[in-house]
Amino acid sequence: MYISTFHLMPHRELPEDFEKRYPSIWVTAPFHELADPRRVGQFYNWTLDELIAAAEAGSDGVCTNEHHQNAYGFMPSPNLMGSVLARATQGLNCAIVQLGASLPGTQPPTRIAEEYAMIDCISGGRLVAGMPLGTPMDMNICYGVTPIEQRDRYREAHDLIIKAWTSKEVFPWNGKFFQLGAVNLWPRPIQQPHPPVWIPGSGSTSTFAYTAEHNYCYCFLSYFGYNSVSQPVRDKYWESCQKAGRDLNPYRMGFLQLVGVSETDGQAEKDYAKHVEYFYHKCLHVPLEWFGIPGHQDYRSLANQMRSPAMARNLASLKEKRFKDFLDDRFVVCGSPATVRDQLKDLCQTLRVGNLMVLLHMGSMPHDLTLKNIDLFFREVAPALRPMWEDEWENHWWPEGLRRKARKEVAA
Amino acid sequence: MSAVTAGTGQGSVAPANPVRERRVSVWQNKISASVKVAGSGPPLVFLHSAGGLVWDPFLETLAARHTVYAPEHPGLAEGDPDAISHVDNLWDLVLYYFDLLDELGLKSAPIVGHSFGAMVAAELAATNPDRVSKLVLMCPIGLWREDAPIPNWMIVTPASDLPKYLFYDPEGPLAKAIFGAPDAEAQIKMIWCMACTGKFVWPIPDKGLKKRIHRIKSPTLVLWGKQDRLVPPIYAEEFASRIVGSRVEMLNEAGHALTAEHPRRVSALIEEFLGTAQADSQRSGS
Repeated sequence: MYISTFHLMPHRELPEDFEKRYPSIWVTAPFHELADPRRVGQFYNWTLDELIAAAEAGSDGVCTNEHHQNAYGFMPSPNLMGSVLARATQGLNCAIVQLGASLPGTQPPTRIAEEYAMIDCISGGRLVAGMPLGTPMDMNICYGVTPIEQRDRYREAHDLIIKAWTSKEVFPWNGKFFQLGAVNLWPRPIQQPHPPVWIPGSGSTSTFAYTAEHNYCYCFLSYFGYNSVSQPVRDKYWESCQKAGRDLNPYRMGFLQLVGVSETDGQAEKDYAKHVEYFYHKCLHVPLEWFGIPGHQDYRSLANQMRSPAMARNLASLKEKRFKDFLDDRFVVCGSPATVRDQLKDLCQTLRVGNLMVLLHMGSMPHDLTLKNIDLFFREVAPALRPMWEDEWENHWWPEGLRRKARKEVAA
Repeated sequence: MSAVTAGTGQGSVAPANPVRERRVSVWQNKISASVKVAGSGPPLVFLHSAGGLVWDPFLETLAARHTVYAPEHPGLAEGDPDAISHVDNLWDLVLYYFDLLDELGLKSAPIVGHSFGAMVAAELAATNPDRVSKLVLMCPIGLWREDAPIPNWMIVTPASDLPKYLFYDPEGPLAKAIFGAPDAEAQIKMIWCMACTGKFVWPIPDKGLKKRIHRIKSPTLVLWGKQDRLVPPIYAEEFASRIVGSRVEMLNEAGHALTAEHPRRVSALIEEFLGTAQADSQRSGS
């Protein structure tokens, strides 16, 4: 098992009545009413410090991602954060997991190929190259990408990035969305032929097939934990892998889980209850319709989702749930180290997850509590999870120089 | 004048003129276009809005005196949602429609468009004035005023607010019949129609028509609901002032969904304009 620490970089101090006063945390939330740039600078620095603390505590990777015009997670450029992390974690066996820069909204996409290659060079070959499609809010509304073209743009951008990394020759790119006369990337990544690719997703069937076809790792970024939503996703994903002739290597699957560890279950509730509710009630305060902007999903994914709207139901009912519900429904894993260990083992076993991502900072959590969570998680929980899958499978979707098997071999 | 008694626009009226679906292979045989055809008499082409094609009392009325050709936008023909990927931009779409008119044998015909379909009709008339004998624009999109921005119907929140933009009476039986309790299949169809039409207007429905609109030479009728809350009625003048010799009719107690709200009033105005108002008259259409 490889465990990475994810951070969204949310606004930690939204007003108590935020979700009643404002229609959305995304797109329309007014910056000057809600935030102060100096305080935001503090948030960024805390975020970096927390991810660096996680790396020092033994996190196998640190993850950042891209979102726009919101207080839910505002790292419009994850690569700025990633390059700081690459520098600050020199000498640690920690992957820089960029989950990452959104392909359809970056023009030209060779910019991502360049920046990822830079991070790979700075980090000494520790990059994991996330290739996200981007949310409809980010790509369609904030960045103006035509919804029905988003996936085709994505695919073309992906092909261009891979070719830019691997081609030995200068080449022209004559695409439908991008035309470049002479592509000749400087720098190239250390990892050859290119860094491992992860595809984050939220359950679209077309993304499963795409990931399996390309032999990448699918990362299910769900906030609904290990419950009724994740099992159909698991089934359909592994089915896609089998259809594409892939093995059932659990490292093909990543999963994001909100986690809070305290000394006891009771203390965990005291520590995390209000931050969990802040996360689900405020940070996910987005009009439901925006997750389904016409064209963002292709026809088959749309039909699939409309016919079995489990995800929409989950989103729609968030405001009625309290901490206890989030806990009981397994949206969050919070408790003593033993509780968290058991639940995460069960989750990873059942969903067949080899690349676990943990969100150890949730919503309004202050810096000190986040550091406590990181410390307890990597001291008391992570060591018990690490041996999972290790004997049986190799994580081909991890930077080669950081693979534990590889390390043992080098040492021997 | 009430339209509501005639039905709901949901196809609840048994048509007097049977509606046939013609599949026409166009665009280098990459697309099998679906065209609903009904009625007899001089041809009339109808281009539907972003909400999709519904054979409703409005089209049924027009089919009494015309052969109505109502193509579905690429991507909406049953069983071929990916057809939309072969039409990349507005220029493609315009030429695709000329292809389709060729295949239907329509050298020149009146074109009636609603909303998105009216924008396409205006583009066709501006590109090749000879193909469009007369033009009817019903609350078209395609122009943009900073002081009257058109709300993006694809991201209206909550979605239950959509009737407020579309209907004169958002609480009325017509709005309820169309948006009351849509089943999953109807929703899939409507969302996919918005997706396929949205390709040509996202995120702002101003793709340069203002530079081309002066080329429209067809006699033009502009129809608008006075209570259109999606595309403000102020745009009627924007269109009329740019199309030489055009005429504007503003409808009372009508919203953006004017053909569903007033099928007979609207079809009567169109027939009067086309010169086909009398059932037995043989007009040339000039």
